[in-house]
Amino acid sequence: MRTLAAGAGAALLAITPALAADQADQIIRGQYQAVLGDCAGCHTRPGGKPLAGGLSLETPFGALVPPNITPDHETGIGNWSEIDFRNMMKTGVGHDGVRLYPAMPYPAYTRMTEQDISDLWAYMTTVEPVANKVEANQLPFPLNIRLAMWGWNLLNFSEAGFQADPSKSAEWNRGAYIVQGAGHCGTCHTPKSFLGADQDSSFLQGASLQGWFAPDITNNAQSGLGKWSQEDVVAYLKTGVNAHSIASGPMAEAIENSTSKMTDPDLKAVAVYLKNLGSDTGSAQAPKPDEARMVAGEAIYRDNCSACHGGDGAGAGALFPTLIGNSIVAQGNPETLARVVLAGSQAVHTTGAPTTPSMPSLAWRLKDQEIADVLTYVRGSWGNSAPAVSSDDIAAVRKELVP
Amino acid sequence: MTTILPRKDVVIVGLGWTGSILAHELTDQGLDVLAIERGPWRDTATDFNIGYAQDELRYSVRRDLFLQPAVETLTMRNDPSQTALPMRDFGSFLLGNGVGGAGVHWNGHTWRFWDSDFQIKTNLTKRYGAARIADLQVEDWGVTGAEMEPYYDQFEYLAGISGKAGNIKGQLQEGGNPFEDPRSRDYPNPPMEMTYAPTLFANAGRSMGLHPFPTPSANMSRTYVNPLGITMGQCTYCGFCERFGCANYSKSSAQTTILPVLMKKANFEVRTDSEVLHVDLAAGGKSARGVTYVDTSGQEFFQPADLVLLCAYGLHNARLMMLSGIGRIYDPATGEGTVGRNYCYQTNAGVQVFFDDKNFNPFIAAGALGQTIDDYNGDAFDHGGLDFVGGAGINCIPTNGRPIGTRPTLPGTPKWGSAWKKATVAGYKSTLGFSSQGSSSATRTNYLDLDPTYKDRFGRPLMRMTFDFPDNDIRMSNYLCDRMEEIAKTLGGKQYNVGRRKKGWDSVPYQSTHNTGGAIMGTDPKRSAVNTFLQSWDVPNVFVIGASAFPQNAGKNPTGTVGALAYRAADGIRNHYLRNPGAPLVQA
Repeated sequence: MRTLAAGAGAALLAITPALAADQADQIIRGQYQAVLGDCAGCHTRPGGKPLAGGLSLETPFGALVPPNITPDHETGIGNWSEIDFRNMMKTGVGHDGVRLYPAMPYPAYTRMTEQDISDLWAYMTTVEPVANKVEANQLPFPLNIRLAMWGWNLLNFSEAGFQADPSKSAEWNRGAYIVQGAGHCGTCHTPKSFLGADQDSSFLQGASLQGWFAPDITNNAQSGLGKWSQEDVVAYLKTGVNAHSIASGPMAEAIENSTSKMTDPDLKAVAVYLKNLGSDTGSAQAPKPDEARMVAGEAIYRDNCSACHGGDGAGAGALFPTLIGNSIVAQGNPETLARVVLAGSQAVHTTGAPTTPSMPSLAWRLKDQEIADVLTYVRGSWGNSAPAVSSDDIAAVRKELVP
Repeated sequence: MTTILPRKDVVIVGLGWTGSILAHELTDQGLDVLAIERGPWRDTATDFNIGYAQDELRYSVRRDLFLQPAVETLTMRNDPSQTALPMRDFGSFLLGNGVGGAGVHWNGHTWRFWDSDFQIKTNLTKRYGAARIADLQVEDWGVTGAEMEPYYDQFEYLAGISGKAGNIKGQLQEGGNPFEDPRSRDYPNPPMEMTYAPTLFANAGRSMGLHPFPTPSANMSRTYVNPLGITMGQCTYCGFCERFGCANYSKSSAQTTILPVLMKKANFEVRTDSEVLHVDLAAGGKSARGVTYVDTSGQEFFQPADLVLLCAYGLHNARLMMLSGIGRIYDPATGEGTVGRNYCYQTNAGVQVFFDDKNFNPFIAAGALGQTIDDYNGDAFDHGGLDFVGGAGINCIPTNGRPIGTRPTLPGTPKWGSAWKKATVAGYKSTLGFSSQGSSSATRTNYLDLDPTYKDRFGRPLMRMTFDFPDNDIRMSNYLCDRMEEIAKTLGGKQYNVGRRKKGWDSVPYQSTHNTGGAIMGTDPKRSAVNTFLQSWDVPNVFVIGASAFPQNAGKNPTGTVGALAYRAADGIRNHYLRNPGAPLVQA
């Protein structure tokens, strides 16, 4: 972040003083748009130069590498015009008519205002140019033919601005604009069709990607944010921790790079909007798990989990997440839960919650059936009522982790 | 071939308690700080993993976290007439290694020394006359208890100490230690839940008119968020503290109280697995230019820095000074030289009381969970009719019931075989132990210097430790054993056993890793190596921070005072030294 700010400062020196103040404002606003859009989350490699290209994204269709979007002329977007950039954000068609794959969330960014995109562009031009050639398209034939995206867009995409709902408050609408637009929450949290397009009817109801299950973030009482207060949502996005959960996996990264840097009013707006999103799926109580498995699971829980998470599953503040009503525990899909037990997880570092406690990997210690039993116990105890977990569920995640 | 690296504002040798505190304070000041740590990186989730952290064989018996003698050892002897031989295995004390240092595997007893400990020479001379301490080399610290109070407070709140104040701003507090100096406020956390053995011990002591109180503990009595915003977890009383890292974020250490914040700072860097060979001095020897270190591949580096902080274990601090030519090495024949002077230890003794009808469940324990009686510690009692100075805290702190090590048996039990096994079964649950943690007085002939014969793997001389328990301290310990015997009788039980301290310090059986002195603080450059801000008298841009600064040791564990001294040094650097870098903070 410091490097970004320094880059912005250096560019400012080159423009005339009369313009400088206005332009500085615009660049700063654009930098905030980059925070909202979490550009760095994909386009900056861990430890790498800002926006000079990221780590490969494993999509169901193959690998895509987020390209270098610094203003380098050879390897970045230095030859792009503002119009190119605007069209890319709005339509998924970039410089020279190159069609993007929707791993770049233009189906969300299309809802951004012209002003916000223009601000973002102003900021992008000030980033330090880095020469780093990235081969973005590593998809197999025929998916690697970008022209195919013409057809995809025809079926799945339409350029659209954000549709405000005049019956709702300005705060709600600001939240909706961030969630649907720059924040592109649905890119992870909305289930996808077989073509990889968002299933709008299941908006934000939870989806599996890259070996994690991004949970339901509607206001669903069982699997979603129903038990969270607005303040809980804000605390989670700002610090990575609240009374119900500690962020893990890709969300931890999104919090570190993006949501922890959002303004408090924007976080509150997001919370207002999410808390107002109804969904009626998944609210049915799962059938009571088999008693023998509950007994086996409880014994495993006492031996392996209770020292941190407590005999009653209540955890300890910002250190050990509660398992009672925990959204990761409550999802119908146990993928993230299994993954955290097998591989461990480390909490995100934020100013408000700097501890970064870790859950250790237990893959070496517990067999698939044992993990299935203990997770079945956790999902069926203390008021939780998520479905039982099978050893096959665990085996599938273990296989992904140790190919 | 030495690689010369870009300069840093500050280089810190050793990233344990003191190194982490100084790094945090000085990075807050905006300085660019590098810590160089000989051992590996250590982190709770990976190195103190809940799945195997409680492996007694690995960590306690085979001492996985400790410094190995092949990396660095010492030679030892009991008096200057003997030829010292290398300690080829550590026993009497076990030194730390790696990030967090000995602060990773301590028990967590966190004491404040008293004003009468700091001004000990003045105080003893006034009370008992100079003749009483004529055989000893007792020194004042050059600071008062009141001056140290804010620094103790800072450390206790950083580390989340669980305890009960005995004296807040002069008001005695029911249930605390009535002998402690006034403190500005209570401990950040309440005492831990008391187990059975210390409860009986306290009852016995109270019935005798003594003043038992809960031992101040760095094991969390509840979830705690420290002033850096870092959260620690409530202790689970698993009984795996000493020799172990804590898997539950429940024992204060650099890992659980500082590093999560420190490691994210852009102006901080740590280089692990890198051993500092010496501090490099400028021509004339009056200022340090930086340090030379070597990594595990044998590659040598020169790291220039404006300020060098020796924050290794006290013994290593003293040796690095000797190897670097910082100050003059102490010579017991002439009394001249200050580096290595006043090496002290701890004078401990123990009592076991055997019962038939009690079950103490010793496995429910924590490193500092217990009760202490300070009626015979330091200057809490009148030594007028006695033939010694000093004293001891009497501690009933059953730190663990680990199965390999916890095998109490009645005196006379065979050491092995079926009779021994049967006795350990009988003794495991029904034995109550307590001990005296005795002060250690400095003498002319207990000291550290460089060994003339033995060298380490880099060809540097080993440090030589010359130490035996002074007669004064043996008399003190015997007096304390008599007092402990009275408590043992009051407790009842079918039998008791008093293990008295004898002369002839033996480096083999474990006694205490409370090695103090060697670079002591004071107000006279002829009798101390560092001033009262722990700044070298001889090389003012070097500070030497740790128990190496203790002029002698009190009847208490040293970590609380080490932490407080670290904050004092940080205060001196931040608020005084940086205004005029390179200048002495105290004029001799």
